[in-house]
Amino acid sequence: MKHLNGRMAAVFLFGLAVLFLAAVTAAGWGFEEEALVTDFSRKNLEPCGQYLFGTDWLGRDMFIRTLTGLSMSIRIGLLAAGVSSVLALILGTLAATMGKTVDGVITWLIDLVMGIPHILLLILISYALGKGFKGVVIGVALTHWTSLARVIRGEVLQLKEALFIRTAQKLGATKFEIVWKHMLPHLFPQFLVGLILTFPHAILHEASITFLGFGLPPEQPAIGIILSESMKYLAMGRWWLALFPGLLLVFTVVLFDVAGESLRRLLDPGSAHR
Amino acid sequence: MVLEAKNISFQYGRDTKQILENFSLRMESHERVGIVAPSGFGKTTFCKILSGYEKPDGGEVLLDGKPLSSYGRYCPVQMIWQHPEQVVNPRLRMREVLKQGDEIEEYIVEGLGIEEDWKNRFPAEISGGEMQRFCIARALGRRTRFLLADEISTMLDLITQSQIWSFLIGEVERREIGLLAVSHSMPLLESVCTRIIDLEHL
Repeated sequence: MKHLNGRMAAVFLFGLAVLFLAAVTAAGWGFEEEALVTDFSRKNLEPCGQYLFGTDWLGRDMFIRTLTGLSMSIRIGLLAAGVSSVLALILGTLAATMGKTVDGVITWLIDLVMGIPHILLLILISYALGKGFKGVVIGVALTHWTSLARVIRGEVLQLKEALFIRTAQKLGATKFEIVWKHMLPHLFPQFLVGLILTFPHAILHEASITFLGFGLPPEQPAIGIILSESMKYLAMGRWWLALFPGLLLVFTVVLFDVAGESLRRLLDPGSAHR
Repeated sequence: MVLEAKNISFQYGRDTKQILENFSLRMESHERVGIVAPSGFGKTTFCKILSGYEKPDGGEVLLDGKPLSSYGRYCPVQMIWQHPEQVVNPRLRMREVLKQGDEIEEYIVEGLGIEEDWKNRFPAEISGGEMQRFCIARALGRRTRFLLADEISTMLDLITQSQIWSFLIGEVERREIGLLAVSHSMPLLESVCTRIIDLEHL
C-alpha cells in the first residue's frame, strides 16, 4: 500500500499545481480588458479589502493586472520553453542517430548559438520578427534549446550502446519501436527537467527584452513590464506594486517545479517506492 | 542447421590482451555443447560474437553457410545473459518484456515457473532469478534456432536451477534448437550437455 500512497501523493501534487496554473492562466485571459481600465479616483491605494494588491499611479487594479501579467508570462513561458525543448529533443536525437555529417552540423550549430550572448541573439531575433508576442516566443525558443540538445544527444549516444537496446534489436524490434518504446521513455525525464529549467529562463528573458523595449508592447501587461514599471515607484514607498507580482511570479515558478518533480516521480518506476 | 565460428580472433581495443585467437567451433541443431573455462577466458565475448553483439577482428560466424545479417531483423541465434537486469528495459512491465519475444507460447511461460502477478511488475520490483526466467522465455521465440546460455543459472537456487534446466533441455530437444551452455561449473555442464569443450586444456 505504501507504493500506492507515494504515487497518489505525486498525482495529487501534480494535479494541484496544474489546476492552479491553469486557473491563473484562464482568469488572466478573461481579465485582459479590465486590466487596462484606469480610474484616477482610486490611484495609489494601498492593499485593502476591495483592492487586494492595491492600485497603481493610473488607478489600475493591481490584482487584476498581476493575474493578467502572470497569465501572459505563463503562456509565453510555456510556449517558448515547449518549442525549444521539442527542438532540443529532435535535434539531439538526430545528431546522435543520423551519422557523422548530421552530428557535425548540429554540434556546430549548438556551439554557434551558445557562443553568442543570449540576450543579444534574443534581441536580434525578436526585432527581426517585429517584436511582440511572436517575436518574444520565437526568440526565446531559438536561444534556449542548446544545452538540452547536448544532454539529449549524449543520452541517446549512451542508450544506443545499452545492452537492453541491442537485445531489443536482436529480438527484431523496428527502428521506430526502438526509438518510441525504448529510447523516448528514458529521455522523457531529461526532457521534462529541461522544460522546467527553461521555463523561468523564458519568463526572465521575456521580462528583460521587454524592459529594454524589444519585447512586448507596454499595453500588454506581462509580469516583466509590471515589475520594471514598479521599480520607479519603489523609492516612493509603494511597495505593493512590486511585492505581490514578484511573489506570485516566484510562486508560479515553484509550482512548475513541483509539477515537474511529481511527474518525474510518476514516470520513473525506480522511484515509485519513495 | 549448423552454426559455425571460423578462426575467430578478438581483442577489446589495441594494447589489451588477445581474448580469442583463431578459435573455431562447429555445432549442429541437435547438439548441446558446453564450454567450460575459468573467468577471463572470453566465454562471454565468444557468445557475443556468435550472436552478433560484437564483430570479430578476424574470422566469421556462419549459420548454414550464411552470415547472421542475412537472416532479417530477428536474429536466429539468441543469447541469454548472465545478468538479466542489463538486457531488460527498466521502464517496461514484465508483460511487455515477454512480448518482445517472437510469439512466446503460454506453455513456455508456465514451464519456466513464471507467475501471473510477476507480469504486472517492473524489473525493479522482481528478483534477479524471476527476471532471468522472463529472459529465458523471451529468447525461446518461434524463429530461434540456436540458444547461447551464458552462466544463466548463477542467481538461481539449486531446485530452481534443475527445474529450469530440465525444461530448457526438453524444449531444445523437441524443437531441435542448438544449445551452447557456458559455465565454469563442470558438473552442471556434464548433466546438461552432449559435448563439452574445455578451453583451458584445449
